[in-house]
Amino acid sequence: MPLSYFPGCSLSTSAKTYDVSGRAVAAELGTPFEELPDWQCCGATFPLATDNVMALIAPARLLAKTQRVGGHTTTLCAICYHVLKRAQAFFERDPDALERINWFTEEPYDGKARISHYLELLRDEYGWDAVTDKVRRPLTGLRVAPYYGCLLLRPENEIGLDDADEPSVLHDCLAALGCEVVDFPYGSECCGSYLAVSQPDLPRQLSRDIIASARTSGADAIATACPLCQYNLDHAQKIVDSAGTSAGETLPILYFTQLMAVALGLGPEITGLAHDIVDPWLSHGSREGPVTASVSA
Amino acid sequence: MVERVLIIGGGIAGIQAALDIANSGYEVVLVEKEPSIGGHMAQLSETFPTLDCSQCIMTPRTVEAGHHENIHLYAYSQVESVSPSPDTDGFMIKIRRRATYVDWDVCTGCGVCQEKCPFSVESVFERGVGTRKVIYTLSPQAVPNKPVIDADNCRFLQSKWDIESGRVPAVDKRGREAKPKCGACALFCPTNAIDWDQGDSVIEEHVGAIIVATGYDLMPLTELKEYGGGRVPDVIDGMAFERLLAASGPTAGKVLRPSDGLVPKEVVFVQCSGSRDPERGVSYCSKICCMYTAKQAILFKNRVPDGQAYVFYIDVRAGGKGYEEFLTRAQEQSGVVYVRGKVSKLFRDDGKVIVKGVDTLSNRTIEIAADLVVLATAIVARDDSAMVAGQLGLETDHYGFLNAANDELAPVESTVPGVFYAGTALGPADIPETVAQASGAAGKVLSLFHRARAAESEQVTTNETCGIGH
Repeated sequence: MPLSYFPGCSLSTSAKTYDVSGRAVAAELGTPFEELPDWQCCGATFPLATDNVMALIAPARLLAKTQRVGGHTTTLCAICYHVLKRAQAFFERDPDALERINWFTEEPYDGKARISHYLELLRDEYGWDAVTDKVRRPLTGLRVAPYYGCLLLRPENEIGLDDADEPSVLHDCLAALGCEVVDFPYGSECCGSYLAVSQPDLPRQLSRDIIASARTSGADAIATACPLCQYNLDHAQKIVDSAGTSAGETLPILYFTQLMAVALGLGPEITGLAHDIVDPWLSHGSREGPVTASVSA
Repeated sequence: MVERVLIIGGGIAGIQAALDIANSGYEVVLVEKEPSIGGHMAQLSETFPTLDCSQCIMTPRTVEAGHHENIHLYAYSQVESVSPSPDTDGFMIKIRRRATYVDWDVCTGCGVCQEKCPFSVESVFERGVGTRKVIYTLSPQAVPNKPVIDADNCRFLQSKWDIESGRVPAVDKRGREAKPKCGACALFCPTNAIDWDQGDSVIEEHVGAIIVATGYDLMPLTELKEYGGGRVPDVIDGMAFERLLAASGPTAGKVLRPSDGLVPKEVVFVQCSGSRDPERGVSYCSKICCMYTAKQAILFKNRVPDGQAYVFYIDVRAGGKGYEEFLTRAQEQSGVVYVRGKVSKLFRDDGKVIVKGVDTLSNRTIEIAADLVVLATAIVARDDSAMVAGQLGLETDHYGFLNAANDELAPVESTVPGVFYAGTALGPADIPETVAQASGAAGKVLSLFHRARAAESEQVTTNETCGIGH
């Protein structure tokens, strides 16, 4: 049965590999994505001002659309997921605001849509054992550090995907693929997020701390579920910052769906492994690096 | 009126109340769950703001309570049920005395069994930074100074029960009869005090009043996930640090960190770990942490003069006689660095504990590579309090602390006639406040007994007058 799927803007542009690998993985697992019709941007940030109802119109529209396709939609983008989940929680707390928005959008939302992150569905409905059963090329020996970032997990009482301090969903996903999961202390630190636009040095430093920690913990790659985390972590390794510091050794930053696609035996046009700044093939000095070994096995 | 009182809990509150009442000539039944009395105060190294040795100022009282002719001490025991007395007023109490497997009447407290016992387990009293034997007393100054056997970890008892229940065949393949293993304590005991067949016993007492002094617990580190959730070995709570500082503790008063036994040079103290945190912990202030953190920082600097202590605080609450001066001493004489801000996260990295926090005065984030982190964890209600509250029909607040009849004007009285409170079962309190409450509760009990006596004698006098006059 197809799953309603909201890609969002990033996955249609800069994070195309996430979208392509995600759709292919879903199809391979027998629950193909069906794109939410007539979708638009989620708003990209959840407004933190107390009376900024205007900023919630975008998520309200998406929730209304979700309602019309059966009341449930899936996201891959951690930011879209974050915004939609929090908007939902906000409307639950403040039905008056929702009424005002409904009056404005003329696309009434009844407050009952369900938004899931794809990881959530894999864990709760598909099951990791079932994922393992589908694995054709187990990623044995590949040491991957699961990197959650912040938006996927926090605030815990509104997002509720996982324990914000000791998350496990991405760990379990990687383990199901046969990876050696590398736990590292920066797994749910912030990458600097949107500050990449206004203060690029800050996310660069934060991202480099994250990468350095994963590297000293012995990781071959970092897996993420967020296009902005992927962007920041990947770019931090390309650009020499204003202080002249380069990133040193590099680590490939991969979407969990890319690793799933590799493990499920999908082709390179799906896995999209060479699209990023840090090429997983080149980052280990030769084409016989651990990622390659798994891919060619 | 039955002029006897039951005191539940043998910490400093229960001890103080027991002595006040016993010294006034009334009988006290003192029930303590642990093998010996003294409670949390017996775990402390020094007390604030005087830096008195806690054991030294307390031992005269524990000893007096242990030997007082008016105090019936039931250690290693728990109140099983409370019911109204059928004939007169007061309460009928059933007390379960747990099996100690040591005949305390025969035991001389020589300690040979503890020396000879080959098995050690983590000690709750040492708060995870030390071990104890399977046959043990809480401390060398224990009152009563008689050991108990921890049956769950005792090789002899477990193997004995395995044989008795048939989990292990009575005769092995070679035809040898199965025998319980170990038994070193019994072998070496000079008075044959080990009693392997001892079971729990239940005794009944009749009392006219009850003082509930069940004390507090500390929030477990596992609940503070952003602070490592108890998985980082060099992140300990304040009570564990007390044990490291205590001369009778596992390190004989040397500050050695748990992971590798080295002397920590950079120590970070985090106040309000779980307290004043409605989002993830408890909303209330635990009241004693500002002062004991200052004390611990001073004592650390005494023990490790070339060390550096940092204290993260939200604000410092030093409302008490000599408290503010004590705090100033920590900052000015001991050179403790106070950082106003919260620690957001800490984790282990290459033998250090990386502490990430913020200094809200300079508006900068701070990162300290610490050797040891001491969390001033929140004071929380004991599970026992809820049990006792249920037995007695007492009210608790939603944190599980007991509710006084009136917080302002009846702070040690409950809503049940004849039942009084003392100490941290009511909520966070320091030692002076606890002792004041205990004496207050004792005073309430004494006045109850005296009122009853006065009423009785008045009745007698009235009757006599009637008899003579008419």
